[in-house]
Amino acid sequence: MSATMDPADGAYVASVARVDGPPAILLDKVNKWYGAMHVLRDINLSVAQGERVVVCGPSGSGKSTMIRCINRLEQHQEGRIVVDGIELSDDLRSLDAIRREVGMVFQSFNLFPHLTILENCTLAPIWVRRMPKKEAEALAMEYLTRVKIPEQAGKYPGQLSGGQQQRVAIARALCMKPKIMLFDEPTSALDPEMIKEVLDTMVMLADTGMTMICVTHEMGFARQVADRVVFMDRGEIVESGVPEQMFNDPKTDRLRTFLSQVLRGH
Amino acid sequence: MSDTAADPRLLRAPPRKGIRLSWADERLRAIIWQVLVVGIVVAIVWWLVRNTNHNLEVRRIATGWGFLGREAGLPVAESLVSYSPTNTYARALLVGVLNTLKVAVVGIVLATILGTLIGIARLSKNWLLARLAGVYIEVVRDLPLLLQLLFWYAILQGLPSPRQALHPAEGVFLSNRGLKLPWIQWQDAHSFALLGLVIGVVLAVFYARSARAKQMRDGQPRRVWPAAIGLVLGLPVLIWAVLGAPWQGDIPALRGFNFTGGLTITPEYFALLIGLVMYTAAFIAEIVRAGIQSVARGQWEAAEALGFQRGRIMRLIVLPQALRVIIPPMTSQYLNLTKNSSLAVAIGYQDIVSIANTTLNQTGQAIEGIAIIMLVFLTISLSISLFMNWYNARIALVER
Repeated sequence: MSATMDPADGAYVASVARVDGPPAILLDKVNKWYGAMHVLRDINLSVAQGERVVVCGPSGSGKSTMIRCINRLEQHQEGRIVVDGIELSDDLRSLDAIRREVGMVFQSFNLFPHLTILENCTLAPIWVRRMPKKEAEALAMEYLTRVKIPEQAGKYPGQLSGGQQQRVAIARALCMKPKIMLFDEPTSALDPEMIKEVLDTMVMLADTGMTMICVTHEMGFARQVADRVVFMDRGEIVESGVPEQMFNDPKTDRLRTFLSQVLRGH
Repeated sequence: MSDTAADPRLLRAPPRKGIRLSWADERLRAIIWQVLVVGIVVAIVWWLVRNTNHNLEVRRIATGWGFLGREAGLPVAESLVSYSPTNTYARALLVGVLNTLKVAVVGIVLATILGTLIGIARLSKNWLLARLAGVYIEVVRDLPLLLQLLFWYAILQGLPSPRQALHPAEGVFLSNRGLKLPWIQWQDAHSFALLGLVIGVVLAVFYARSARAKQMRDGQPRRVWPAAIGLVLGLPVLIWAVLGAPWQGDIPALRGFNFTGGLTITPEYFALLIGLVMYTAAFIAEIVRAGIQSVARGQWEAAEALGFQRGRIMRLIVLPQALRVIIPPMTSQYLNLTKNSSLAVAIGYQDIVSIANTTLNQTGQAIEGIAIIMLVFLTISLSISLFMNWYNARIALVER
């Protein structure tokens, strides 16, 4: 996962999404209901390989539900979701294949409390990827070093701060060598001084060319790394575009209202 | 984070605090209360002992353990060791202890299995299964255990007499004298085969461990159960065959008004076992359900997102966490089952309470009799508690 170099001019191109290739993620007219409540309405979204998309919107707008549909923690009832060329269906094999390619980071970290930091990171490589333990541990230490907490490897999640736990969660997902990373409000449960360390880790990850979809209220992060911002409200995508245009020149009243509310706090 | 450890200000030891001789000093007050409480307890015990000794003396009741060596003259219907009424009281009491252990140990194992199954069934997405489990739990745990024991005993007593016994298969009879099963005449070869079974289990455990270790080296998971079954079943059969494969059936047969030969499960033992197992299983089911539900949904989701399948998630992630919630109340249920086995008296199963009671009536040595019962239950209960506490500590969660 090193940054790719363009052979033509040697420029650093990792931050440019390859929009010409097949999309990494495609959502085509996706609809979902909770009982009678229509929570996702005709969602169309195509994410290119290497593209970084930030999803924002008021709470209850369906942001989390949408990205949770991508690795089927929630099931959509209508429309198509294609991840890395594989369509999500009831076939369990396609689900396994997709989950192996898609890493996810949760708002509440969800580390396994009965396992050490190192074991948290090696469990899936050993059991799902069938990797020898030594290899898995070397891999885990590499990623723990990258998220800057190799010295915590022998501790348990309960002994770490929130920011450290979230960085472990990122390392744990990366150990599966996913092609796509989903972040579901990764900093919402953190104290202000810990938000930065997690965002720094995510910026570092973005610089490696990882395809990312990130649900977040951190507008600074969106400006810094997002190729595109998607604004959702009441279950639909209201507006999307490059960050500068979205933040400086919102087209809809709904986005304008949302931005004024979010930015007031900053 | 780690560099702050070098800061000398953080290495300063906490100040020592002395005790002031004042009622306002919290620690002094705590010590005074403790001394006072211990003093009161000692005084009560001393008074009880003195009072008992005095009363025994006045009523000219002999005390001592001499009665243990006397002939019991006490018939016992079922026993794990050879026993006749001409044996001593000590032997009779040993029979009672073994009978208590027989029902407690088998009961704990069966109640754990049944309770776990019902607990998981109650969480099932299958509506009918979940409701059936729910109804079972509500009905069984709401009725007094004594009533349930009498119910099962009454049902077993309602079975036909030996002459009209139910006879579903060759050598199997179900009557009001209990369940008769074919058995074999026990020989040394069978003992060796049993030893082979134990060794087979130990070898299978080692095999599973080495398979896990190999997986950790090359990443490939291995199928353990074919070899494990081979070891557990194959080894005793092999030993038995090598020793000449002795096989002499001991088939129960009707002689006059009763059966001879075969293996007997008496109606008293059967009723007590069913009652205890079903009653305790209802509580264990709720404990298991609570334990599994105590593991946050996020744990399932995180594991699913990593590509784990449901069975693996249960085994590697959910159960290890659920066990921490399950073990302490499970220990209480094991203790309850063991102590509830003393209700055996009500349906005529001769456990330690029943036999000690008879001993007490025949010899008049009430204090010794009660002391024996207390000692037996205390020993069994403490053993269970010690084992379960050890297990609980072994899997305890590391927090800050």
